[in-house]
Parts: sequence; structure tokens; C-alpha cells
Amino acid sequence: MASHLSYSRVNLNILREAARKDLREFLDKCSGSKAIVWDEYLTGPFGLIAQYSLLKEHEVEKMFTLKGGHIPSAAVKNIVFFVRPRLELMDIIAENIARFNYIHSHLCNLYIQNKCEDKLQPPRDFHILFVPRRSLLCEQRLKEKGVLNSFTNIDEYILDLIPYDSDLLSMESENSFRECYLENDQTSLYHTAKGLMTLQALYGTIPQIFGKGECARHVANMMLRMKREFAGTLIPTLPVFDTLLLLDRNVDLLTPLATQLTYEGLIDEVYGITNGYVKLPPEKFAQKKQEEGGKDLPTEPKKLPLNSAEELYAEIRDKNFNAVGAALSKKAKIISAAFEERHNAKTVGEIKQFVSQLPHMQAARSSLANHTSIAELVKDITSKSKKQSYLFIFVSRNSRSVILNSVLMQTSEVFFENLTVEQEFMTGVDTDKVCTYIEDCIAQKDPLIKILRLVCMQSVCNNGLKQKLLDYYKREIIQTYGYEHILTLNNLEKVGLLKPQSTMRNNYPTIRKTLKLWMEDTNEQACGFNPNDISYVYSGYAPLSVRLTQLLARPGWRSIEEVLKMLPGPHFEERQQLPAGLHKKRQPGENRTTLVFFLGGVTYAEIAALRFLSQMEDGGTEYIIATTKLINGTSWIKSLMDHPEAPLF
Amino acid sequence: MAFVTANWNPLGEAFYRKVELYDMSWKLKESLREYLIAAAPYGGPIALLKGYQGRSPSTRPQLEIFSASGVPMASFPWKSGLVKQLGWTVSDDLLCVQEDGTVLVYDLLGGFKRHFSMGNEVSQSQVMETKIFHSPYGTGVAILTGALRFTLATNIDDIKLKRLPEVPGLEGAPTCWAVLTQDRQSKVMVANGYHLFILDNTSCTSVTPPGLSPQASSILHMCVSFSYKYLAILTDSGHVWMGTSNLKEKISEVDTNIRNPPKQMAWHEASQQSSVVIMWDRLLLVVGECKEIIQYPLDSDSVLVPEMDGVRIINETHHELLQEVPGACEEIFKIASMAPGALLLEAHKEYEKESQKADEYLREIKEQNLLAEAVKQCVEAAGHEYEPETQKTLLRAASFGKCFLSNFPPELFISMCRDLRVLNAVRDYTVGMPLTHTQFKQMTIQVLIDRLVHRKLYPLAIEVCRYLKTPEYQGVSRVLKHWACYKVQQKEESDEVIAKTVNMRLADASGISYSEIATKAYESGRTELAIKLLEYEPRSGEQVPLLLKMKKSPLALSKAIESGDTDLVYTVVMYLKNELNRGDFFMMLRNQPVALSLYRQFCKHQELNTLMDLFNQDDNHQELGNYYVKASYNEPRLEARVALLQSSVDEFNKAKNEFAAKATEEEMRLLRFQRKLEEAKGEPLLGFSLHDTITALLSVGLHKHAEQLYKDFRVSDKRFWWLKLKALAEKGDWDELEKFAKSKKSPIGYLPFVEVCIKHQNKHEARKYVSRVTPEQKVKAHLAVGDLQSATEAAIERRNESEINTVLSRCSATTDVILVERLNRAKATAAKK
Repeated sequence: MASHLSYSRVNLNILREAARKDLREFLDKCSGSKAIVWDEYLTGPFGLIAQYSLLKEHEVEKMFTLKGGHIPSAAVKNIVFFVRPRLELMDIIAENIARFNYIHSHLCNLYIQNKCEDKLQPPRDFHILFVPRRSLLCEQRLKEKGVLNSFTNIDEYILDLIPYDSDLLSMESENSFRECYLENDQTSLYHTAKGLMTLQALYGTIPQIFGKGECARHVANMMLRMKREFAGTLIPTLPVFDTLLLLDRNVDLLTPLATQLTYEGLIDEVYGITNGYVKLPPEKFAQKKQEEGGKDLPTEPKKLPLNSAEELYAEIRDKNFNAVGAALSKKAKIISAAFEERHNAKTVGEIKQFVSQLPHMQAARSSLANHTSIAELVKDITSKSKKQSYLFIFVSRNSRSVILNSVLMQTSEVFFENLTVEQEFMTGVDTDKVCTYIEDCIAQKDPLIKILRLVCMQSVCNNGLKQKLLDYYKREIIQTYGYEHILTLNNLEKVGLLKPQSTMRNNYPTIRKTLKLWMEDTNEQACGFNPNDISYVYSGYAPLSVRLTQLLARPGWRSIEEVLKMLPGPHFEERQQLPAGLHKKRQPGENRTTLVFFLGGVTYAEIAALRFLSQMEDGGTEYIIATTKLINGTSWIKSLMDHPEAPLF
Repeated sequence: MAFVTANWNPLGEAFYRKVELYDMSWKLKESLREYLIAAAPYGGPIALLKGYQGRSPSTRPQLEIFSASGVPMASFPWKSGLVKQLGWTVSDDLLCVQEDGTVLVYDLLGGFKRHFSMGNEVSQSQVMETKIFHSPYGTGVAILTGALRFTLATNIDDIKLKRLPEVPGLEGAPTCWAVLTQDRQSKVMVANGYHLFILDNTSCTSVTPPGLSPQASSILHMCVSFSYKYLAILTDSGHVWMGTSNLKEKISEVDTNIRNPPKQMAWHEASQQSSVVIMWDRLLLVVGECKEIIQYPLDSDSVLVPEMDGVRIINETHHELLQEVPGACEEIFKIASMAPGALLLEAHKEYEKESQKADEYLREIKEQNLLAEAVKQCVEAAGHEYEPETQKTLLRAASFGKCFLSNFPPELFISMCRDLRVLNAVRDYTVGMPLTHTQFKQMTIQVLIDRLVHRKLYPLAIEVCRYLKTPEYQGVSRVLKHWACYKVQQKEESDEVIAKTVNMRLADASGISYSEIATKAYESGRTELAIKLLEYEPRSGEQVPLLLKMKKSPLALSKAIESGDTDLVYTVVMYLKNELNRGDFFMMLRNQPVALSLYRQFCKHQELNTLMDLFNQDDNHQELGNYYVKASYNEPRLEARVALLQSSVDEFNKAKNEFAAKATEEEMRLLRFQRKLEEAKGEPLLGFSLHDTITALLSVGLHKHAEQLYKDFRVSDKRFWWLKLKALAEKGDWDELEKFAKSKKSPIGYLPFVEVCIKHQNKHEARKYVSRVTPEQKVKAHLAVGDLQSATEAAIERRNESEINTVLSRCSATTDVILVERLNRAKATAAKK
């Protein structure tokens, strides 16, 4: 079920199995039938660890969402609350339990008076499981509310880093960036450090730690301290990771603002990927039945898992969207050729072999059908011109033949214009002037987040805006979208996404040039089909964060000291002593493994860029990616708003 | 070597042996019968209380504690009440049960630890008899009171007193009784004459052992085996009944021919031939299930100590172990044994003598394919032998045999060598723990280390840990921690010296919890030392609770912050909040920005008013301004809302945030305007943005008011034009739109007019504006209204390749042949340039 986690160099399934074991142990601690009351926020992350079947095996019979008032009645022995340690949730739990106890005692009296004791329900056992860590503060709150003693078990389920894909770990902590940079609440960094300790317990001490940024420094400090604390309790393991790189999101504020142009990135930009799933409009996925004409279309959004378990998706997810069509049609040819094979199968043996491959081929075919539909959906929004677009070769489910299905693409100039402006900013064109496109968008009251993304991008690419310009944008936004957004604007200023230009020179051009953030020459031919640089993921722009990672591996950060100083926060290197005998003896030609941890979120395009680096033949380094949360510009800005609003496209 | 079997006695099929453990090094002044004695199982310590009975209260009895080898460990005069019973807990603590039901607890070096009472009922009717027993739940105490009732505590560390039901017909002290653990419950078995009862929490059940011979008129003594599985009863007819303790099965009944009551009885659960050991004044009988008996005469008063694999016998001068000869030893040493182990031992002997017979013996074993078995036997037997010489001989033989085996796993041999080395070290009389290998395996290395630590044998404990390669945090570090806890209680040394010594010794050990040591120091009243020690604690989090306890809250706060654990910071902050007055609390937070921002978060969700106070204290006008802004949105009444906004204007001004102040003033103006208009025209407007307000006004035709807002709020021309264009198109007010377009030159050009009209499917209106579009946008405009012809003209005229392409892409190859041709031609010329 989660076998794809073990595909990569580092077997992340170990981590998942460890997490599942803990969960089973806790569930078995509450013997008998049980109902789980979920903090809704946790269901997504838990889905990555365990399906319902696992819970069912351990006598979980009902599941509810935590909310005020009564707990829905269920004939179970145990009621288990799965919650984050939050005071507001404690209040709800306390209310639940108080009501339950009240009604229960009331009913008891009633039954006893009426002499029908046999109807008496046994009292429930309550349990609480804090994720990821129990909290004295919350227990104190439960105590104040007088329900602490109602719990048979109070436990914690340490779920910091969740295996998301074969090379990707996420803490799925939505507000981490907001908490760290806006509210100065470093709780998530503590969890990060703890998570990295768990990781090291399973995969060995990571000998080298590099980092850039305040938060990175803080996490590294905590890790080093925890190492001392845990000293002696860790079972020495041969290190799997050679290097850990901690990167603050605020070192590279620009990248998430830009529109991602990889296949996966675009799906995320357009439809949003949550906890590894995407919800898509169902029309394109309707079963194509010619006779019925497909009248009754499903109305429920189609929910699809997106991970490397799907062979085709693993192949195309990180491609620039321009190259996806070609890849899909190539795949279609391969599949149809494979199906044609059956005509060549003459002997019984050959037929048998063909049949044995059938399930795999059919899976591949339906996977192709799905992705062709998704690509069409995305194309509707992004297509540049009004000409007929790529010919998608579409393998229909029912007919055995291969149908050439040309899809006439709808245009979206909006997307293209937006992209043009983004690229102008990134190349430093007119970043110090009022941008007419932004003006027009505001005037037409385009979605606010789109505006904010652009204004922030201009500010970041100009190392701040002139006070007059900044005030102008702010005024336009407030007048158009409402005064309440003054709070959001204030938040954006606090985290540095918007800022007035200081007397200092705009250093963005220097950074851009030194780090080669814009690769002009690679543009057309390279970005789509045979990329030779990470800049393909944004069709020209090389994400700063990934560039830093790349330069760290070769030739090392010493070569870019100057630029590092321009970026916020300290950069540092720490070494962790390995126990004797655990030094890895590298085979010649064996790659190094680096864990890159993005504090405050990472985009799919950045991940794609890192995967690209891992696959480079002479790269010498393989990357595993970890983050507090997978983000895109929209979800990121949204997390910083005080009154969130509808998504961008 | 030849005499290994000298102390063996056959009992049925098996053999019993009596092994000398120690010559007791104690010099007792009186016979053992003068003492109250308690010896702990697993080779534990021995406590003696002299003159405990019938002496005048003026002479104080002496309480002495010895190791199992008789080395004195503690001695002190007994100053408390009359002691009825001594006993040891599983964790090496001495229990002294007094007549009044008070139980005093001492450690094995004579340090007083605590006391507890067995309840009012016991203290009123006084203790008559006591038994101390061990169960999986810990050490328990059972008391028979003067009122002939039993009171029971199953675990002295978690005392829950249970008073057992009355025994019917009991008029005087019962002849004998015992405690047993069955079905996870401690019960008492009482004999009153011939009657036997089992008491549990709720009931008293009369029971009869199956097949108990009827000649007897009274039960004289009973004993329960170490595992609580078996029971033995001695009757006044001299019969020993042996059976299961649940009284379901009789194993055997043997006539001893002795009718005196014995002094002590003990079960020996053995693998072949279990037995009951019964002791009278000068006689010891080993009564086997097979109905055979071994007699041992006794020259002096003795005490029996039942163990899991034998019975120890202690008298004034000697300490012996009586046990069934373990299987492996019997196989090897039994006279004329042909067991593989015996042959291997013989082979090795011949080998040492350099005799070729070695080869013969070896062949004999190998032919039967039993060499591995032989090696195993030798290793196992070595474990059961007490003499290091015998152990060595057996191990050498095993090692010799191993040479002829290709893939015999080495672990067995190696771990036995290690275990024996440790066992020999702790058996040394200076340590005095006569553990058998079986007991050692049962008690585990962890417990052994604990026992060494209790005896303050720290260096030995550390050696053992290192030798057995116990993981540091379970081994060396743990011992060092205990040492340090002991060290900090030594009052004669200064804080400085102790802190230094402790740190020096502990420096290299990992996983040491300094906070535990510090807690110990604090408990013995040395706060300063505790603080010094805490500084060495690597786990900042661990320091916090103790620091709070010691009222060092500022330090606790900074340590909590250092740990990075925000929950811990919150805990301290909440503690401080309750502890300090508000002013001091705020001051303390002010010096700790991390704590302050966390507390702000807390207040944001829980106590909004406090949040305001915090901002006020810091003169954080920007945040105060934001605070009022937020508050204004919770205010349904306009006046209150405006008032709050006014407050935020003031704050923004103080914060020198001109923009925010101005924006807020504008909002106030807008709100007032909206209210006025709402009242006048009945249009719901309140809360709309300026943009939406103008749109709303235009859509209902209040053009003048819209115009007024546009001027008052200095809306940019561009935005106003867009806004009005869209609003009018939305409304379908095309005349007004045309008028508007002509009112003056459009700041946004005329393409938007075309496009907006098209968007509202009004091609006719759209065409009106095409002519006014700038040349640069002409092509687009023509295309928008679907005029391919004109678009082609415009594009060709402008000789712009990309525009030509755009037009081309809209042309159909079939219907627009001429246009396509023209465009392609123009494209070619444009490209040439």
C-alpha cells in the first residue's frame, strides 16, 4: 500500500512503519471497541500513515469529528480523542465529556428508578491522544475544567515528519511559516528538531549540518542540544544521510510567489494538492460511453492520490508542463504497442505471458487516461495561444483501438499575461515603477491573492518598494478590496514580503546574477524537453533555495560568501561526532545523500528541481526533501492573511 | 575434582547436595535462637535483632544488618517500640513491624527511610503475628491481630489495607498460617487444629486438602513454595502432605515419624524431585515426593531461607545451600556416567595428560553425534558449580570440545564466561551475595546492579556494567547517578567541592540526569548545591520543574526558553502569572521576548484584554492600532465602530504610521457616508469597500453620489473608469456607457470597452469603440469583435510578426483562404526586415 515509500535511496517506509507501530500500540492500550473523535485537522496527515482498515483491525468502530455539544452516541467501550494540543480544543473536549457524564448519570437514575437496570449502558472509558506531543498547558486546562480525571489514558503520538513520498517528508503543519515569522512562536521548530532526532534515531546521526537563516540556526541549536540530552540512549546506526541542509523560507521569499510550471506544480497552483490528494472537477473523468452520450455526469469532485506509486505520474510530475503532452503521447504509443503485442502472441506460452502483464498494462492505461484528463484541465487554464494544441493520443477505455483525439484548447490570456509580468519582475524589468498590469488587475478586482502575490514579488525583486509606490499599492488594495485588509498588509510587511525600500542599494540584481537565477539562453528548447538546469521548473527562473543547495554540494558555499551575507539570517556549518566505526566508507562513484529541510514550506517546483539535481548524471548528490508543509504562493499568502479569500484562478 | 560428588545424597531418582557458601564472618555473642532474624532471598542481607522479647524496656536491643557472608553492614540500638517481625522488601529495604502495627522502613545500611501504619484496628488490638511476603505486585505485609483478625497490605509502596473476614471458631492463635498469591489476589491460609480455611477479601472458605491422612488431629505447620504453586502441610501424626496450593491435587504424603512441631519448613521446587525441607532443633529432613527422606543432623540453631532453586541454611558459623543437583552437573559428575558431557570432561583430562585416550573419548562422542550436546552440558554445569576451579575445568572442557565443532554458536559459551566472572565477583565474601546462576538470570543484570548500588558498591557496579557492556544509560550512567545522589547528601563537604567532584566523575558519562541529583540535593536542604548541579544538566527541560519548586522562576523561564519546548515555556509563564503580581509578571516577560510572544499568542486566543495591556506596556502603538481595528469588526453599532477606529487612528499616529492613520480616517469617512446614504436611499452599503460602494451606487444609477466618492476619495482615474465601465455594462446601460466613453479621453484606452461589451455578448456596442482603440491594440480589438478582415488589414499595416501570427491562428484554413495567403505573404516580408 505504501511500497512506493521504499523506492528511493533512503527507505522512508521504515519511518512510516515506526509510526504505524506506535499507533497500533496506543490503540491496543484501550482494549475493547472504540470510537475516535478527530480533530478535523489531523485526518489528512493521519491518512498518510494509516488507512481506516488499520484502525478497524484495532476495533475502531466509529469515527466522529470533534465539535461542541454532544458526542454522537455509539455503543463502544472507549472514546478516544485524537487532538492537537490546543486550548480551544480542550474546551470542546471538556464540554463533550461534561455533557456525556451529565446525561449518563441522568439516565442511570432514570433506569434505576424504573427498575430497568438491564438497560444501563456501561460508562465509557475516555482516552486522549495528543498529536504530536502532549502538553502540560492543555492538561492543566482539562484539570481546571474538572475532566482530567475522566481520562483513562493520556498519551502522545509523536508524529512530526510524515513520509509523503519516496523522497519527501512533510510535517503537514499548515501555519508553520506564519507562526515562526509573524507570531514569533517557534513551536513548530521544536517539533522539527524533535522530528529530526527521531529521523536520526532510525537512520543514524547526520554528520554534517549546514543551514541558512534564523530558524535554521535555532533548529540546529536545538538538535545539537538534544543530541547531548539523548546521548547514550541512541542505538548507533550507520548513517544514511551525509548532510542536512536547513533552509529558512524567508531566505528565499521569491520562489513560492512565482507560478510553478511543472506538471505537479501547476496541478497544485490550479486545484491545490492536500495531503497527497487532489480534487478535480469530475466532467473530464466521466466514463465515455458512446451510446448513452454521457448525459449523467458525476457531480462529486474526483479525488485522486498523487504520488510516485503511480509509474506514469512519477515520470511526468516534475516535467515542465510544456513537455507533458509529448510525454503522454509517447506513453500512449508504448501502451497501445503493448496491447498490440497480443496479435503477435502465438504460442500458449506467449499468450500466458501477455495475460500476466495485463493488470499492469490496464493500470497504466487508466493512469494515462487520468493524466490526459488532468493535463487537459490544466491546459484549459494555461494554454498560451489560440491555436490547436498538442494532439493527445487518448486510449479509450472501451474501444480497443487507439483514438487520436485532438483537443482544442481554450485560451487563457490571463495566465499568460500574469506569467509575463512575473518574469519581468524576476529579470528585474521596471521593478521600481508602478506596474500597469497590477493596476489593471486591481481595477478589475481580480482575486486579491493574485494581486498580493504580484505586489510582494515586485517588492522582493526590488529589495523593497519606494514608500510612495508601496503606499499607492496599499491604498489601491484597501479601496478596492476593503479596509480590513490593512491587517493582512501589515502582516506581509512584518514577514518582509512587502517592505519600504531602505537607503541600501537594491541587491537583488547582484544576487540574481551571482546565483544565475535567470537562465535566458535555456528558455525555449531546454525548459520543456531536455532541461540541463533547474531553471526549467519556472521556465527560466532557477529557484534561489535550490540554487543554494546546488552550490553547497559543489563548489561549496565559500564561493558565494558575499551573496550569502546579503540574504537574511546567519549561515553556518556544524559537525556531529559519529561513534567510532560508523564512518561511512564511500564506494567510488557512490552518491552522497543530503536531506534538505525547508523551514516554512516548500513548493512542488522546488522539489522537482531537487529531483532533477538528484538525477543529474554527474551530480554526485541525491536529495531527500523535508518540510513543514507543502505550499504554493496562494496557500502561503492565504496563511498570512487575516481574512482569507477565494483562490487565485 | 574427584570429590564433587562427596556431598551428594540420592533422593529418589535425583541427587541432593549441600554446598558450603561461606564461613560466617560474624561473631555472634549468643545463639541464633536469641535473635529475631530476617534473611532476604536471592542471597540478600540478614537482619538480626537481639533481645527482642521479654527484656526490660531499659535495655535497648541492638539491630544489626549483615551481608549473607556475615560481614557487618550496619548496627544501631533499637529505640522504637517492640518489634514483632523483621522482613526484607524486594528492593533491599528492611521492614520492622512493631507491636502497634507501625512498620518502619530502613535501607540496608541502616538509614531510616519512612514508616507507615497498618491501620487503627491493628494498633488497637496489637500485632500477634506477622508475615512478610513477596508477590508480582511487590512486597506485602500480613498481620494477625490480637483480635484474631487478619489485615493485609499487598504492596507496601502503594498501601491499600484489607481486613480479611473472620475465621469461624477461632478462639486462640491459629496453629499455623501462610500467605499465598492466587488469581492475582493475596490470600491467607489458616489452620485451626485440623480445620483449614482460605481467607480472601470477601470470604472465608473451609477447605480440605485432598487425601490428607485422617490420623491427624491438628495441622502443625505449613509452607507455600517460592512460586506459590505448591503447599506442604505437616500434621501432628508426623505426616507431610504435599500438593498444589489450590488444593486440587495431592502430590505425595510422607510419614516422617516425628510428631514434634518443627521450627521451619521450606519447599524446594526442583526439576526432578521436589521436596519439603523441615527443620527441628537438631535435625533437618529433606522429604521428597518419592517418599524418600534425607536426614541431616544439625549442630547448632539454624535458619532456612527458601530460594527459587534451593534452600539456604544459615547457622552461627556456616552458610550452606541445599539443592537438587542440577541436571547437567548430575549427568557429568554422576559416578560412571556415560553422558556426552562426562565423556568430554574425561577426554579433556586425558588431553591435558597428553594421552591418546583423549582421542578415543572424543571419537565416542562424535560417533554418536553428541559433541554439541556435550559442550552445552559442560557450559551449563559450569554455571551451576560454585567453585571457580570446577567452573574452569568444565569451561576448558567445553572450549576443547568446541574446537571439533565447525559451527557451534559461540554466544552460549561467552555469556556463561561473563556471567560467571560477575557471579564470582559478587559471591566474594566481601560482597556476600551468594547468587546461583539461575537466580542471577531470573533477577536480571539490572536488579543486580541495583543491589550493588544499594550496598554503595559503586566501583564494582561500574566494573560489572562495563564488563557486561550494559548500555551506558542503563548501566554506568545509572550507577554514577546513584553515586552522585549519595554524594550530595554528605553534609561535611562544601557545595563547591561536591559540585566539582560530581561533575568530574560524571563528565564522560552520557545520559546523566543532573536534575535528579539536584532534586536529591534540594531535598536534603542544599538549594545552592542544587542550582550548581542543575547547571550541568544538558536537558534544559528537565531543570524547569525543580527550579520552579525552588522558586527560581526567572531561571526556570530562561531554561524553558533554552529548551525550545514551547509547552514548557507556557507552563512556566502560567505559573508565573499566578505567582507574581501583574506588574512584575509583565516586567519579567518583557525581558524574555520569546516568552512574551508566546504569551501574546495565548492572550490573542484566550484573553484579549490582557493583550491590549501588554501592547500598552510596550508602547507598541502599531499593534494597538491593529488591535482596535480588529475590535471594530466585532462591533455591530456604527458609532462604537467609528470610535474604535478613532482610537486606532490615534495609535497609528503615535506609531508614525501615516499611511495606516490616513487609511483608517478614510474608512471612517466611508462608513459615515455609507450610513448617510443608507438612511437616505435605503441602499444597503455599510461595510462595502470603496470600490464596491461605487459599483453599487452606479448600478442603481446614483451617478452623482458615485462621482462624489470618486472625487472625495481621490480614486485613480484608471480605476474609476474600469469600475464604471464594468458597472454600466453589467447593468446593460449602453447609452450611459457611450456617454461616459465620450465624456473625455479614456485613461484606460478603448480596448477594455470593446472587450467588456463582448463579454456581455453585445457585439453591436463593441463595434462602436473599435475605431477609438490605439493602433497598437487595433488587431486585438478587431479580433475581439470577430472582424478577421479588419484585423488582417491592421496587422499587415503594422508589419508586426507576432500580431500576424495571432490573426493567422484565428483564421480557418478552409474559409479564410485569401486572408491566410495575404497574412503569410506579409509575414514573409516582415520577417525579412
